[in-house]
Amino acid sequence: MTTPRDDRGRSPDYSPLNWLLLLPIVIPLLPPLFNAVEPRLFGIPLFYWLQLAFIILGVTTTTLVYRATRRNR
Amino acid sequence: MKTTEIVIFTILFLVVSGLGFVAARWRRPDDLASLNEWGLGGRSFGSWITWFLIGGDLYTAYTFVAVPALIFGAGAMGFYAVPYTVVVYPMVMLVLVRLWSVSHVHNLVTPADFVRVRFGSPTLALLVAITGIVATMPYIALQLIGIEAVLKTMGLTGDLPLIIAFAILAAYTYQSGLRAPALIAFVKDSLIYLVILVAIIYIPAKLGGMGSVFDAAKAKFDAAGSGGITLNANNQLQYVTLAFGSALALFLYPHSVTGILASRNRNVIKRNMSALPAYSLLLGLIALLGYMAIAAGITPIGKDNNTIVPRLFDAMFPDWFAGVAFAAVGIGALVPAAIMSIAAANLFSRNIYKEYVNRNATPAQEATVSKVASLVVKVGAVLCILLIDPQFSIDLQLIGGVIILQTLPSVGLGLYTRWFHRGGLIAGWAAGMAAGMLLLYNIANPATNHAHFGGSAFPLSQFGFDTKITVYAGFLALIVNLVVAVLGTVVARALKSADGPDGTRPGDYFADQGDPRVHELETTAPTA
Repeated sequence: MTTPRDDRGRSPDYSPLNWLLLLPIVIPLLPPLFNAVEPRLFGIPLFYWLQLAFIILGVTTTTLVYRATRRNR
Repeated sequence: MKTTEIVIFTILFLVVSGLGFVAARWRRPDDLASLNEWGLGGRSFGSWITWFLIGGDLYTAYTFVAVPALIFGAGAMGFYAVPYTVVVYPMVMLVLVRLWSVSHVHNLVTPADFVRVRFGSPTLALLVAITGIVATMPYIALQLIGIEAVLKTMGLTGDLPLIIAFAILAAYTYQSGLRAPALIAFVKDSLIYLVILVAIIYIPAKLGGMGSVFDAAKAKFDAAGSGGITLNANNQLQYVTLAFGSALALFLYPHSVTGILASRNRNVIKRNMSALPAYSLLLGLIALLGYMAIAAGITPIGKDNNTIVPRLFDAMFPDWFAGVAFAAVGIGALVPAAIMSIAAANLFSRNIYKEYVNRNATPAQEATVSKVASLVVKVGAVLCILLIDPQFSIDLQLIGGVIILQTLPSVGLGLYTRWFHRGGLIAGWAAGMAAGMLLLYNIANPATNHAHFGGSAFPLSQFGFDTKITVYAGFLALIVNLVVAVLGTVVARALKSADGPDGTRPGDYFADQGDPRVHELETTAPTA
């Protein structure tokens, strides 16, 4: 209901879990991880299925951060 | 002419248009005559509506047509849309809640409004507003290309169908404001999800499985000697910088900000950052339609690769379902076009009209100016497509992505730090714009007959390096912008040049719904 104090100390938005958000920002931008055809999954080359799988990584980390930092009202 | 397809398309289109007009009464506002109501839907959208609205706003009809077209033509490079839309949400999650808070405390409607309050500089705000309008206009025009590709495939030629579709859109946006696209987005997105799920199961089954789809694509690229189903040594850096640069730019676009500010509270935004990637999955699957088109031996109409997805649906689906698929793309164009025109119109009324023409404009006057401006913007977009070569809009949109990035230091970094001097930011913006234009001007593309403005991949060999590596031009321009902004700030401070007042306080960036500082539906002028 109330807004946390913000005039001293750490930002009220701070949470150690925020650092998790770096994972889905950095990993999808590293082509050596996914720039290959094999191994395929259901006939789909690695390049495509792994990058689609990174969506799950993004969803997981943002969900964790959301749950840890949401404000109850 | 394909009667069944046209009938289904027309029926769905009319139903949705009806919804657009009814939307004015949805969530009953007492009075639509303010920007908070007309332009931001009452600033009260919850998680579901926001998800549909922003999803329908960011993943446009043009995206759904152009990304497979890119994959069809160039292969793996076109898949950059997936990492782009994966990295963007974790990247902006914590930034957008700050923007939401400060905007609600100060009653801000546009990104330029924020710059005005934060840096106390009407000039900088004007630059940000003009950048936003210029970047958004061709984007609206591109939505028409999405509709046009569908109409062409159904055999409807001539300009009249396109003009009618946009006239209907203009009319209900004028009447209902942001509520119209919000309500239509439910239908649009449901149709798109339905069509793509069917497509992704049904089409590969007809083509002998995903394995043979990719084999066919590989054979095509090998034979052509360009493109490929994976990246090569020269375009990896382009892939990464394009994905990263596009992600940085996405929430600088005024229409994205409109969707964010229309939400009810900070939790809605955070929750959506983990829910919106559902659309990225959809986009990734849609991208693969480009390869399916190769495997199915689809050829574009004329040289227009944007017609390959409609052509694929036309060839693979029974007529009635092709009609549904076309309606999904057609309606898909209406949602972003409406939000973009509202966002551009708000920039005009808040940061040009109110700042420079009528300082004492009432909320009702602001809303009226916005409504008229939204009509003007749409007429401009239609004229752009009809009178000038559509390729021109595609080129302009490419430029738009590069120039909107140049507002990052003032809008994005401005949310975190007031270190920059307004003079430095203005100098950085100018340098970034100039650098961006210069880089884009020097990109040739023989494939599309362009000596200049032929794409966004800048070859580093132009700097004299002995390499074939390419980089996203917008990314380089942003670096120039940042360097100049930092140097400009240091110089301005050394010269003791007057800086603008900061109208915000640190606490404003954390305020949430229920906080006394957050205006619920008050429409007084911002305190700047």
